[in-house]
Amino acid sequence: MKPLRSPNHNARARTASAIAVAMCTAVALAGCASAAKSTSPAGASSAFKPAKQDTSAKTTVWTDSTRLPQVQQYQKEHPEAKLNIVTYDGGADGSTYLQSKIQLFDRTGNGWPDVVFGSPTDVTWASQPTNPSAVPFAAPLDDNLVPKTTLDNFAKGSLSPCQYNGHTYCVRNDIAQVVLWYNKTLLDKWGYQVPSTWPEYQTLGEKIAKEHPGYLVGAVGDTNSQESYFWSSQCPAFQLTDPTTLRVNLQDPHCTRAASLLDSLISAKAVSTQGFFSQGFTKGSAGKVAMAYGPSWYGQYLFNAAFKVPAGQITAAPPLTWPGDSSPATGNVGGGLWMVSSHSSNLKAATDLVTWLTTSDSNQGSAPTYPAYVPAAKTWLANPTNSKYFATDISPAFEQAANEVWTGWSNTKFSDATAWSSIVLPGLTAGKSLTSLLPSWQKAISDEAKANGYTVTNQ
Amino acid sequence: MTLVAMDSATNAVPSRPSRRGAKPRWEGGIASYLFVAGYTVLLAAFGIFPTGYALYLAFTNDRGQFVGFNQFSKVAGDYRFLPAFENIAVYLALWLVMLVVMTVLTAVALRSWVRPGLSSLLRFLYYLPGALAGVASVLVWLFMLDPSVSPAGPLLRAIGQDSFAATLNPSHLPVILFLIAFWTGAGGWIVVMYGALNNISEDVLEAARMDGAGRWKTAWHIQIPMIRKWITYMSILAFAAGTQLFVEPQLLQTASLGRVSPTWSPNQLAYVYAFQQGDFNGAAAISIFLLVLGLVCAGVLVARSDLFKLEEQ
Repeated sequence: MKPLRSPNHNARARTASAIAVAMCTAVALAGCASAAKSTSPAGASSAFKPAKQDTSAKTTVWTDSTRLPQVQQYQKEHPEAKLNIVTYDGGADGSTYLQSKIQLFDRTGNGWPDVVFGSPTDVTWASQPTNPSAVPFAAPLDDNLVPKTTLDNFAKGSLSPCQYNGHTYCVRNDIAQVVLWYNKTLLDKWGYQVPSTWPEYQTLGEKIAKEHPGYLVGAVGDTNSQESYFWSSQCPAFQLTDPTTLRVNLQDPHCTRAASLLDSLISAKAVSTQGFFSQGFTKGSAGKVAMAYGPSWYGQYLFNAAFKVPAGQITAAPPLTWPGDSSPATGNVGGGLWMVSSHSSNLKAATDLVTWLTTSDSNQGSAPTYPAYVPAAKTWLANPTNSKYFATDISPAFEQAANEVWTGWSNTKFSDATAWSSIVLPGLTAGKSLTSLLPSWQKAISDEAKANGYTVTNQ
Repeated sequence: MTLVAMDSATNAVPSRPSRRGAKPRWEGGIASYLFVAGYTVLLAAFGIFPTGYALYLAFTNDRGQFVGFNQFSKVAGDYRFLPAFENIAVYLALWLVMLVVMTVLTAVALRSWVRPGLSSLLRFLYYLPGALAGVASVLVWLFMLDPSVSPAGPLLRAIGQDSFAATLNPSHLPVILFLIAFWTGAGGWIVVMYGALNNISEDVLEAARMDGAGRWKTAWHIQIPMIRKWITYMSILAFAAGTQLFVEPQLLQTASLGRVSPTWSPNQLAYVYAFQQGDFNGAAAISIFLLVLGLVCAGVLVARSDLFKLEEQ
């Protein structure tokens, strides 16, 4: 029962095809402009024009849940401040919530928060306009907002993620320098020396795996494990040679040495391919972590809160060194920062808040993570609540590591976690070696960098 | 015969396609306009206007200049474009074939081969998962897929999936997403198909029996051909929903701490274009690709099945 085509139908079909032909011709004739997204004009940041100021305006603060008590503390100490506090994920695990929202606010022309807590990745886009008519979201804090003497007191290199085009767009809340965490009680019981070099770490790891099967000296399955191991090894995976050129060379000896060391520890079952923070890890292996190479917040957040290791067992040693390296280096895993909106109508109140949050002893001295502001870090280390959990004094390891964070691992407009998590980790889970995954990791980073407008070099 | 089936079917099943005859009869007067007005306004505001805006964005750049098809060639050349469509293609092949085969067979079995009481209980059970909203059903599956907490943990371990990360291996994703979609979506369609089968006149089935047709022959030669339009209708909606997959892979991406690619499906790629790269024009171009794909598929299916053809007496 096929329907007969009505003459009417044919006429309609003819009209449709005529329109299509006309459209194609129009497209061919019109000198088509480029589809490329416009790049931000260099030096746009020099012309920061604050919005109309109103010193009684309310300040909207977006914070992650970890820093929420600090913002509430500010409100308590400054009852006159008018705050509207909003909690969000704070850019954890490569979330792009803040960026998505700011993109939308830039299009609608209102709605921006005044103060936000963010990750170093956030500054890379917040310091540049998101579209040709937009103003960069982050206000240049060195432009008559925060005094230079204050900015100079932040730990060496800790403000480099904030800097773009000669201006400083954020103040660093905390740094997450990588140190060697170990269970002193276990190592003492077994009679082992704490390693100070990577070869010693490898030897000890293999020994522990053989003599005490099931015990671990590390894990590589977290979204940020590459920052603990490859950053510390000075691997040029995310190295900006200039603001638009990214060097990604994972065949560099600095990368392959870390990969092959981890491969041998993984095959010895001394390093887990699961993540410390992955589902199921706590249940099976939490009590069996003898060592962990990771950031300064592992102590409280991993060993104390997640693994529930009793106080007095865990402590930290200075970063491991590679034989033949001239200068010691370590990685950095996260470390948040505060930005002030360039659209804020109350820059003074907003700046006061971020200054208090990052530099005041009364806040940072009891902060949950290691302060980036050096005088506050001293207060933090002297605070018994921050040290009483540990078996020995962690200050020497923390202070040394804070000054050794390698600056060759740059902040890019895209998170360094995406390629690692979606390409390398599934490969490791499937039983491939890290060394064999380096080429696909390099390709994934390079592709992502090109899609974000970088020129990529693999040399 | 077709006439009988469609007429009775259109009377009973709620969300039926609109009638469009060669000679429409204007009997409704002003009331009919009022009835469609609400829908028309919403359709214009949330369907037609955004589509028009997406078309405008797809043919211009962020400076508002006309760029022809350059946005389309730009996104099609993106290294994530083909993989995203490949992922969706594998998923759709699984989902559409299994959906059509399983829902139709189940509906026929429930209608003709199972006792009425048991049949209604089973229909209720099949429908239950569909009552969960999309996000909630993914959360259920996050537990189901993690061997350390899943009630199906022993089964997962038996097939070699001993951790959540192992279960979420990229090559497993089309199957996982198919399972989620089937679990939430199939029950509703079984109920719809059952309703369609209900409208086949007993006389027809009786006649088939008299002519010596068994269960299988009745199903294959009488029942399934008579609900063919409903199967087409289901295929069009399932295809459109399938190409627009977003929530499920996005949640799996977050829950797996990034082990699932953030650009697994074309819709996710469009999201990344718009909200991370700030390229709304490129995102619009991807959405137009999806629109054209859905329209072409629906067009072919509608033309092949005479879905909207109404036979006049």
